[in-house]
Amino acid sequence: MSTTVNEKKQGGALAATANYLDERVGVGGILKSFGRKVFPDHWSFMLGEVALYSFVILLISGTFLTFFYQPAMTEVIYDGAYVPLKGTQMSIAYASSLDISFEIRGGMLMRQAHHWSALLFVAAAGLHMLRVFFTGAFRKPREINWLVGFMLFVLGMAAGFTGYSLPDDLLSGNGLRIIDGMIKGIPVIGTSISSGLFGGEFPGTEIVARLYGLHILLVPALILIFIAIHLFMVVIHKHTHYSGPGRTDENVVGYPLMPVYVAKAGGFFFIVFGVVMLISATFTVNPIWNYGPYDPSPVSAGTQPDWYIGWLDGALRLAPSNWDIMLFGFTYPMGVLVPLVVSLVFLGLVAAYPFAEAWVTGDKREHHVLDRPRNAPTRTGIGAAGVTFYGVLWAAASTDLIATFFQMSLNHVLTFMQVLLIVGPFAAYIITKRTCLSLQRKDREIVLHGRETGRIVRLPHGEYIEVHEPLDKFEMYKLVDFKDYRPTAVVPNKKGKITVGSRLRAAVSRLYFEDRITPVTQTELNEAQSHDHSPAVAATAPQDQLTK
Amino acid sequence: MRKRLNLSRRKPLAATLVIAAGLLFSGGGYAVATNVVATTAATEYTAEQISEGRKLFLANCASCHGLNAEGTAAGPSMIGVGAASVDFQVGTGRMPGQGSGPQLPKKNVQFTDDQILLMAAYVASLAPGPAIPDAKYLEATGDASHGGELFRINCAMCHNAVGAGGALTEGKYAPMLNDIEAKHVYEAMVIGPQNMPVFNDSNITPEDKQDIITYLAYIDENPSAGGFELGSLGPVAEGLFIWIFGLGLIIAITVWLGAKSN
Repeated sequence: MSTTVNEKKQGGALAATANYLDERVGVGGILKSFGRKVFPDHWSFMLGEVALYSFVILLISGTFLTFFYQPAMTEVIYDGAYVPLKGTQMSIAYASSLDISFEIRGGMLMRQAHHWSALLFVAAAGLHMLRVFFTGAFRKPREINWLVGFMLFVLGMAAGFTGYSLPDDLLSGNGLRIIDGMIKGIPVIGTSISSGLFGGEFPGTEIVARLYGLHILLVPALILIFIAIHLFMVVIHKHTHYSGPGRTDENVVGYPLMPVYVAKAGGFFFIVFGVVMLISATFTVNPIWNYGPYDPSPVSAGTQPDWYIGWLDGALRLAPSNWDIMLFGFTYPMGVLVPLVVSLVFLGLVAAYPFAEAWVTGDKREHHVLDRPRNAPTRTGIGAAGVTFYGVLWAAASTDLIATFFQMSLNHVLTFMQVLLIVGPFAAYIITKRTCLSLQRKDREIVLHGRETGRIVRLPHGEYIEVHEPLDKFEMYKLVDFKDYRPTAVVPNKKGKITVGSRLRAAVSRLYFEDRITPVTQTELNEAQSHDHSPAVAATAPQDQLTK
Repeated sequence: MRKRLNLSRRKPLAATLVIAAGLLFSGGGYAVATNVVATTAATEYTAEQISEGRKLFLANCASCHGLNAEGTAAGPSMIGVGAASVDFQVGTGRMPGQGSGPQLPKKNVQFTDDQILLMAAYVASLAPGPAIPDAKYLEATGDASHGGELFRINCAMCHNAVGAGGALTEGKYAPMLNDIEAKHVYEAMVIGPQNMPVFNDSNITPEDKQDIITYLAYIDENPSAGGFELGSLGPVAEGLFIWIFGLGLIIAITVWLGAKSN
């Protein structure tokens, strides 16, 4: 064999292509640094991925839908396949949505895939957000990325709502009517915004085309930009990881992007795609043909928004209707304004939380090792309170269904929810915080004394002991590796004055860290292991007896 | 002349007369308009049927509705409610009622069709009232599309756009409408049972009622083209489904993927 033949065989077409690209656009350098990015393995790190893949499915199915959907509100007489609407007057938007469902090959599947993946997109993003919150992944240096993620969640809601209104069926029209009412309730500018948005009196003939522009252009473009920033920041910050042997705030332990994660993530995309397609092929979502064309007079029972708008609908339902105020000849509909303000404040608190916590702890260190939720009892308690608040509002959007399904009075369900909205978050905070502290105490006990095996051993001198099984290293790290904060004292500033801010900070800090369980120290561990009924001593005790 | 007219206009009796005339006119007009509802005379039923029906009524209904169907504190008068009321309430099992509550639920029918007919005959004999509908209006051969439109305008706000039911105040509810006999749908519109308003023949003509029946029958016979319907309850059911089953399944997969590598 000659050497020339060998050289030709090396690499082949793939290497030649790679070399071609590298010499022109420097692919090699990019792949080298990007491909060696390390990602840790944990199921909860894949939730954001699920949201990303749902968004990809949304783009693909949405593009298909734009081929056939017509965003016009001109009235036509329907003459399609769905019998109970034949001969009915409706907008072109609704007629084309029906055609996508009944006439276009694969249209129904694509419409359902688009809607199901939209529901999944926001759900996965929400769950991802909860994972980030409860593990403290938003701490320095990731506060900005929390904000970007928060924006993505809000944009997801916006994308969903603008899309929900496009088929121009009765359900979506009812939803728009509620939005119109809310806008009109805003003092001074409300009515002008409404007539500007709808191009005159509701519903007008403009709104569907305008929402379409937002839905297929502006909102997805913003989502794409924010996703790019979100992922870019993940690369800059590197991924967080859970505590374990060798895992610190200075490193990431996991597998490289190339080839392990590219293959894994690629495969996972197809799994998510498969699940969405399976659901879309077997379960109806938003059967627009049931609701009929939009007409401002009828409202169907069971009119609800998609789940991610549900909490706002719930806020409207829970606000008492007798709060309206008359001032200078104008009515201020507090039943609309209070829910509006409360939801905005709630969103504001969610966005601001990382900054608030950083201010309370005064911690300027970088954090790359995640917290177990129980090891940050106050944060977990606050999170549980927030989830409860959101959850009650969310459930309140289906008061009517709860009432009929469980055969209860609608009025009682409503009153119960109103009370729960106020009481629930406090109860959730207290219960969660106490549960976390108890779990921490249990962990401490396990670290110091090992797991109880239930095996009783009688020692030669007659003493009975229970054998405690020591923890392995991986388990141990999980239980001891967390940061210990203490309440900050009130500190005077440079001028020697104690400011209100400083007092407030000390008070909140006390709320956060007054009740705490300190992590087990090495000294404590050594001491416990040399103690009488520790497992190591138990095992050696008989020999001691013998030698004596 | 002019003075005399003025004088008579100002007499106190004049106002009374005008009001009386107005009431007579509007009330009479209303009565004529609402009288379009088909009523049955007692003659449609034989005397034997009526007396048999009375026996059944005394044994099963009189404790609440009174020995002469005049009503008691526990149950309303049956005079003038018509055969349709009996056929609907007893034919869907709502009557005889078991226990009081915001609304009497549909349950297993307690009587045979013949017995129900006899009781209907007795109640119809008390006073004219809505009759059991003519079979020609009960066939699902009308215009489903027109029926759907009527249904959305008149029925959907309580019963939901596809008759999946809905909540009313204080524990009352609009029941589900799937697989309901056409006769009972028609009767419900005519008599307005329990919390339902009356949709008489001048409001929704018998042909319109037939269209509504056709629409409901279409929904019963044609399941959703999109797959399983999740109770036709709309976005709430869909949201719960995607959280519990969609995201649940995906999380199960992520846990599996995460576990494999460890």
